[in-house]
Amino acid sequence: MSPTMPLPAMASSVTPGPDAARTWPAQQSPAGGGRLPRLLPPAGQPGSDLAAHLGRHGPVPYRGWSARLIPEVRAAGLTGRGGAAFPVHRKLEAVAAASGRAVVVGNAAEGEPASHKDEALLRLAPHLVLDGLQLAAEAVGAARAVLYVRRDLRASTRLDVQISERERRGLDRVAVEIVSAPTRFLAGEESALASLVSGGMAVPRFTPPRVFERGVDGRPTLVQNVETLAHLALIARYGPGWFRAAGTPDEPGTMLCTLRQADGSVSVVEAAIGAPLAELVGRAGTALLVGGYHGAWIPAAQASRLALSNAALRPLGAFTGAGVLAALPADRCGLVETARVARYLALESAGQCGPCLNGLPRIAEALAELAGLAGRQPGPRVLADLSRWAGLVDGRGACHHPDGTVRFIRSALRVFAAEVGQHERGRCTAGNSPPFLPVPAGPSTDADWS
Amino acid sequence: MTTTLRVNPIACSGHGLCAELLPELITLDEWGYPVIADQPVPARLARQAGRAVTDCPALALRLSRSR
Repeated sequence: MSPTMPLPAMASSVTPGPDAARTWPAQQSPAGGGRLPRLLPPAGQPGSDLAAHLGRHGPVPYRGWSARLIPEVRAAGLTGRGGAAFPVHRKLEAVAAASGRAVVVGNAAEGEPASHKDEALLRLAPHLVLDGLQLAAEAVGAARAVLYVRRDLRASTRLDVQISERERRGLDRVAVEIVSAPTRFLAGEESALASLVSGGMAVPRFTPPRVFERGVDGRPTLVQNVETLAHLALIARYGPGWFRAAGTPDEPGTMLCTLRQADGSVSVVEAAIGAPLAELVGRAGTALLVGGYHGAWIPAAQASRLALSNAALRPLGAFTGAGVLAALPADRCGLVETARVARYLALESAGQCGPCLNGLPRIAEALAELAGLAGRQPGPRVLADLSRWAGLVDGRGACHHPDGTVRFIRSALRVFAAEVGQHERGRCTAGNSPPFLPVPAGPSTDADWS
Repeated sequence: MTTTLRVNPIACSGHGLCAELLPELITLDEWGYPVIADQPVPARLARQAGRAVTDCPALALRLSRSR
């Protein structure tokens, strides 16, 4: 399918941004039943202001006491949209049951460079997120609500203004405080988030205790991705049956996806879980990256027959994650792209755990050598080294950074096996193409974890 | 009741003492960090495992009991 064809089930408002190729197509229909989109406002309507939001969805449907919303969330089958797809009701139950006054945090760290969906949501439907934050706070009996937003997004989304307006109108029962997240890949990891909001650095910590037991300032803390909160706000209004009218029985609802087409265009769309990947991204040249930089490559021929669901992707070692889908163009080398990202991921290690600190830079260097980015021919042991080091870092960190990085790299070695053979003979089918996958310029420094 | 060993990889600084005290269950990777066998601690090694935990200079090793 051509990437320029009109796509079903999508948002359709174009928002000018720093990246000229990035568009956020707006919705064709209001939220209701199985019709999409649900989260983003209809085309041509200013969705982000409070009056438009109240006109579309009405006031925050508070339940009146804690825990009352939780059975509805369980019936809806809502899972976290930050990437891990953890059942939301279980987190709500755990935090509500923990002793001590809870804290609720909406997570918009969006540290994944290839993802823009939280940014699009905060621009186009911030009040759904803020409604969800209030409802989650009520559900777990929290006295404190925090919106954790990547620093540059905070500056560009006018969230402070939106929150002040809600306060003036008396919509919020718990005051919302915005905390800036550093622009780091791991800044949104739950324990790193809890550490930063508590006044420390945004680096992961060893668990247990889990964040839901002891998070921000040692209190039971509910951390939910902002998209999850927006879905929660709709479930509270329209009910579990409405929510399940889109998606699959096992993975109900919709999810926001960041699509990076082979022609370089980038858009954020809302898709029903279970939708054909072919309706979302046009045919990739060689492979499709699913789930972002902790996700996996899938051969283009297979990807075109798969659905957007963990059930469909799991057998290929992939998962939907936070909804990043990137169709690698035919004139790019997947090995080179992976090596560039691997270098970035190695630099984004918090450097706290021995295996990650020692392993990721070696893995990145070996991959650079294999991809021809190291200025020398790949040595005879490079593949064996990569395989051994991948085994040595997998599962041995305090967080999942080494595991996710290795999953991504292993998928590349599998899917681009033919390209690996070419590179071992000093050839690359892609030549000197500019980078396709976005990698932040310049290495991060030790100073920017807070 | 089973007992398992777990290392806190943030606290661990790779002294390697644990692998000397409990070579049956702990080996060191090529950078000197412990790789713990994916199995419960057998009763016959309980005493050595306890010693590895208490003697770790970084207090990075834990025994956890579960049913």
